[in-house]
Amino acid sequence: MNTTRRTVLKGATASGVLAGLIATGALRPTQVLAAEWNKAAFESKDATAALKGIGAAAATESKDLVIKVPDIAENGAVVPVDVTSNIPNTSSIVIMVVRNPFPLSAQFDFANGALPEVSARLKLNETSMVRALAKADGKFYSVQKEVKVTVGGCGG
Amino acid sequence: MADPMKIRATMKGDVAEIRVLMSHPMESGLRKDAAGNAVPAHFIQSMAVEVGGKKIVDGQLAGSVSRNPVFGFKMKGAKAGDKVVVNWVDSKGDKRTDEAAIA
Repeated sequence: MNTTRRTVLKGATASGVLAGLIATGALRPTQVLAAEWNKAAFESKDATAALKGIGAAAATESKDLVIKVPDIAENGAVVPVDVTSNIPNTSSIVIMVVRNPFPLSAQFDFANGALPEVSARLKLNETSMVRALAKADGKFYSVQKEVKVTVGGCGG
Repeated sequence: MADPMKIRATMKGDVAEIRVLMSHPMESGLRKDAAGNAVPAHFIQSMAVEVGGKKIVDGQLAGSVSRNPVFGFKMKGAKAGDKVVVNWVDSKGDKRTDEAAIA
């Protein structure tokens, strides 16, 4: 059998289906659209569900992802968090506070020359791991560090 | 309408550093006021940064971002004078757009 011809035929069928999906709107190129608030993930009440919500359930730990947080935060209402990814082709950075009532805190998608690093200030309800995730070539990588909180920042 | 954002953008070598301070209460919906009543959620849900007409950052936020959020971003390929436009939309549908030029 002529395998090359088989492969070509298969490829043609697959791309034909893909084109059909794009045309019907079932599979739109997401980059054109502004990011829509990922309600399901942001309203997840535990870190595992939040990870699933952003499609990062299978994140692998990476040393090329750097998170900078204070070891001890006197005021949980304002905790500076810096994340830098040295993973090639990083397209998104996600920050999560594992023990917050809603763990997912922020997601940033980068394009057009933006470097994959971000600094932000977050509220920590109590002592918690702060986890950063990076998405590169469709895969998720993670790193985490604990911040001890003296006074919580989410409640009264 | 919320207060204007403060945007500071400077060139450091070939990297543009952009810092944004947004004026927003960022109520998570979990806090109680002095009388013990729950304060309703009111926080920025999405934001974007555009430099020279191109979107460089698309962000989604939760109520666990601190009050009056401050963010720092960096980019390559920008030059002094390029226009930086930042906008956000909050959970009540309020919006704000501000701009600055890279110094």
